[in-house]
Amino acid sequence: MNRRTFLQTTAATAVAAAAGLPARAADPLKVGFIYVGPIGDMGWSYQHDQARQAIAKEFGDKIVTTYVENVPEGPDAERALTQLALEGNQLIFATSFGFMDATVNVAKKFPNVKFEHATGYKRADNLATYDARFYEGRAIQGTIAGRMTKSNKIGYIGSFPIPEVVQGINSAFIHAKKVNPDVEIKVVWAYTWFDPAKEADAAAALIAEGCDVIMQHTDSTAPQAKAQEAGNVITFGQASDMAAFAPMPRVTSTIDNWEPYYKKRVAAMLDGSWTSESTWGGIGTGMVKIGEISSAVPAEVKAEVEALESKLASGEYHPFTGPLNKQDGSAWLAAGETPDDGTLAGMNFFVEGIKAELPK
Amino acid sequence: MILGGIDIVTLIATLMAASTPVLLAATGELVAEKSGVLNLGVEGMMIIGAVAGFATAVGTGSPVLGFLGGAIAGALLATLFAVLTQVFLSNQTATGLALTMFGLGLSALFGKGFEGVRPPATGKVPFGPLSEIPGLGRILFSHDWVVYLSLALVVAVWAFLRFTRAGLILRAVGENAEAAHALGYRVIAVRLMALAFGGALAGMGGAYLSLVRVPQWTEGMTAGAGWIALAIVVFASWRAGRVLIGAYLFGGITALQLQLQAAGYAIPVHLLSMAPYVLTIVVLVVLSAIHRRGVQAAPAALGRSFHAST
Amino acid sequence: MIRLVKRPVPSKAWSWATPLIAVLATMIAGGILFAVLGKNPVEAIRVIFWDPLFGPNAGYFRGQLLVKAAPLILIASGLAVGFKAGIWNIGAEGQYIIGAICGAALALAVYPTESAWLFPAMVILGALGGFLWGLIPALLKVIFGTNEILVSLMLVYVAQNLLAYMAFGPLKNPEGYGFPGSRNLQQYASAHNPELIAGTGAHWGVLAALIAVIGAYILMHRHIAGFRIRVAGEAPRAARFAGVVPARLVVFCLGLSGALAGLAGLFEVAGPSGQITDSFNAGYGFTAIIVAFLGRLHPIGILLAGLLMALTYIGGDMAQLMLSLPSAAIQVFQGMLLFFLLGFDLLTNYRVRIGRARA
Repeated sequence: MNRRTFLQTTAATAVAAAAGLPARAADPLKVGFIYVGPIGDMGWSYQHDQARQAIAKEFGDKIVTTYVENVPEGPDAERALTQLALEGNQLIFATSFGFMDATVNVAKKFPNVKFEHATGYKRADNLATYDARFYEGRAIQGTIAGRMTKSNKIGYIGSFPIPEVVQGINSAFIHAKKVNPDVEIKVVWAYTWFDPAKEADAAAALIAEGCDVIMQHTDSTAPQAKAQEAGNVITFGQASDMAAFAPMPRVTSTIDNWEPYYKKRVAAMLDGSWTSESTWGGIGTGMVKIGEISSAVPAEVKAEVEALESKLASGEYHPFTGPLNKQDGSAWLAAGETPDDGTLAGMNFFVEGIKAELPK
Repeated sequence: MILGGIDIVTLIATLMAASTPVLLAATGELVAEKSGVLNLGVEGMMIIGAVAGFATAVGTGSPVLGFLGGAIAGALLATLFAVLTQVFLSNQTATGLALTMFGLGLSALFGKGFEGVRPPATGKVPFGPLSEIPGLGRILFSHDWVVYLSLALVVAVWAFLRFTRAGLILRAVGENAEAAHALGYRVIAVRLMALAFGGALAGMGGAYLSLVRVPQWTEGMTAGAGWIALAIVVFASWRAGRVLIGAYLFGGITALQLQLQAAGYAIPVHLLSMAPYVLTIVVLVVLSAIHRRGVQAAPAALGRSFHAST
Repeated sequence: MIRLVKRPVPSKAWSWATPLIAVLATMIAGGILFAVLGKNPVEAIRVIFWDPLFGPNAGYFRGQLLVKAAPLILIASGLAVGFKAGIWNIGAEGQYIIGAICGAALALAVYPTESAWLFPAMVILGALGGFLWGLIPALLKVIFGTNEILVSLMLVYVAQNLLAYMAFGPLKNPEGYGFPGSRNLQQYASAHNPELIAGTGAHWGVLAALIAVIGAYILMHRHIAGFRIRVAGEAPRAARFAGVVPARLVVFCLGLSGALAGLAGLFEVAGPSGQITDSFNAGYGFTAIIVAFLGRLHPIGILLAGLLMALTYIGGDMAQLMLSLPSAAIQVFQGMLLFFLLGFDLLTNYRVRIGRARA
């Protein structure tokens, strides 16, 4: 080992060590983000970056934020996370499910850096998880859909058959059925989070099947455009507000709003109260935001869902409240019973009444 | 018309619109490949067309100008490829792959600021009562003008390659560049034009995505359409008419699997998505077996650099 | 008038000078791009090219350079042999995927049995999977004369769909709460492809890439087979007289490049990536084609080109993070680098002459 490499190695070690130490009071807190998509995807990564910008503004010179976008899941994510840690970021948000194992690995290597992983289920002392209860938004969409559908057919574009999406389908169906017993739901799996052309085709297929409500669990606005073309079909904004399609077809939206959570976690870092926990916030915490309900929704329906929204926000009402059976008719929840979060987080079945088959 | 729970009319009408971007791109790539150049950068040219077309349409308020802008941007990128491969004699495969990378990046840079904007609508061609004909009306008379243009271009390219002298020269250049050169044809100039045409059509295909199919600009929105266009050219064994069949088949499989799902069938989506590619290989094998001793389906000079030594 | 005159033999001097000129040209053009985006161009270039190698945390990034470059070099070494012979395998991405699936499937089938034989068996299956996937276009070419460029490319899409099917179906982690993706092989000791020396990034794949470079060098430049391969590429008719059997050559080249791509996939899935997911194949098979040509199909060139590509990825990420450059700018920058490298290569094989040709 020559002198030069020796010096570099020690410097590297020093930086790595320093990265883990709490910042001196004068230094701003460095907060890093990695995104799976480009921030211009107008969906998932865009919403995370909006929240990043919001906290950067909120905390001013107390924090410095950086981000890396378009990070493929796997080894590249691990490197990007390590880079963020080596650069002295003390709080790092990994904003995609597929970053889970990479985040676990890097968190192990940097015990003094705090990590936050979105939508995952693996935690450590310096690794917290957070997610949003998107199914609460689906309860509102389901109610509007049940009230407004004329064909009694609701179309749902699913991305992947994972618990988050299954929760959404179940919640939408339960609440549509509650206000309209004749309603049925048709599900199309696109096997992508973002592929405008395919999403448009999926919407067209559902509309052809007679659906006059389209819900999407994918991020592009292509289904909105298809619905608009069809004329009498309503849709809901997904991830972002998609206000450009209001008042018709987009009648309201479920917005991923990470700002309150990021604000809380950064504040906890600044006052030293950060602990590893698992957060699953809904409408009540502001993490799920319901977009403006457009004029296309009849006033009494609007009033009904606004009441529902406030009951969801206060926690007075849980979208999965028994009695509920599973698709095969077996009992799931007794009257008045609600599931624990563990069951919900691993939801891999449809509820009774849904005819579609869940791919296994 | 309902068949096994699938509305055939809707399926056909959907797949026509769905296939238009890849049909345009594949028709363009066909002409480029006929001249003996394999441009793997279709994805890059499409997405540049998507952003340029979108920006032009939003800026001018005219979708027609938008499609023109998309075509020009695609052609410009193709010209860059043409200069590198034809003048600088760089390897076509590698340059094409680099072109895709470059196009994806450049489009994202230009697209900042156009996210979340809605473009002016591209209207349907008013066919009046014709579009009311049951079945046929939906299929034939319910589309926007670009769908008809894409069909017209297929016919035009077919006629051009088959009946015109210029088409003959183009094919000669693609079959045997040295011989064409010896006969006094300007190989490089022919290829430059063919590539630019290919780029223009790919650009228009991209613009169709951002102006009609989605319609919005988002990064990476072509999502692999350019690669499908390349597959279609191969499937079509370099025949314009078969490009149409290929585009509708590839577009049709996606539309069909989604409709089958919507109709309540549980289908193995990934295995079905594999089908058109497997079919393409089968077509290739059959063609090459037929032509074993005769003419090959692919242009003989495809992918090779040409340098006039005299 | 400017004309090009083909050199009788490629210029040695230019073959070293053109990559340097190309990198310099990229720095200038890229600098302008970064300046237009409002960043300090000198700093951006430094962050991309210098910091990963000699910056404050270089110890870590040099290891990552190996992790990123190894699959590229391993695949490109195999591809280059075929390219030299005029056999165009552009489906390495598919062979990479199939190799990974085959190797990982074995591990997942016997999970959680610990055995010293498991990893070697996975390596063999990975190579075998890639080999067989590469054999498809080879046999179709030999038997029916089908164009291998197109078949190998089509097989990439088939492999990709197969991968998605596996990730959502048979290979899905039964304890993964319904999320797609297999078990993580990093947490399965017998199947894991670990760092051989902690902190260096070097795993078995890095070693394999080095062996591939040396092996390819010996094959192509120190062995009669390499001579035959090159003759076959440059003068197919002459090669027949020299005793080259075209069919055997096709099978050898596609099989070899397939096997190496399969190996790369296996090492990646058992090591840095860890999981079969529907998107674990980050395009290495395609990037390797670029690497093969950047390296002028020469093993040493490929080694350098692979490292250079890896450097732009890692430096690009750093530039995003330290200078908030958008990732799109990095992609454009990489595209420019490739254009310049491919374009300037002309000077190696051709002389530029000004004036009219003498009759």
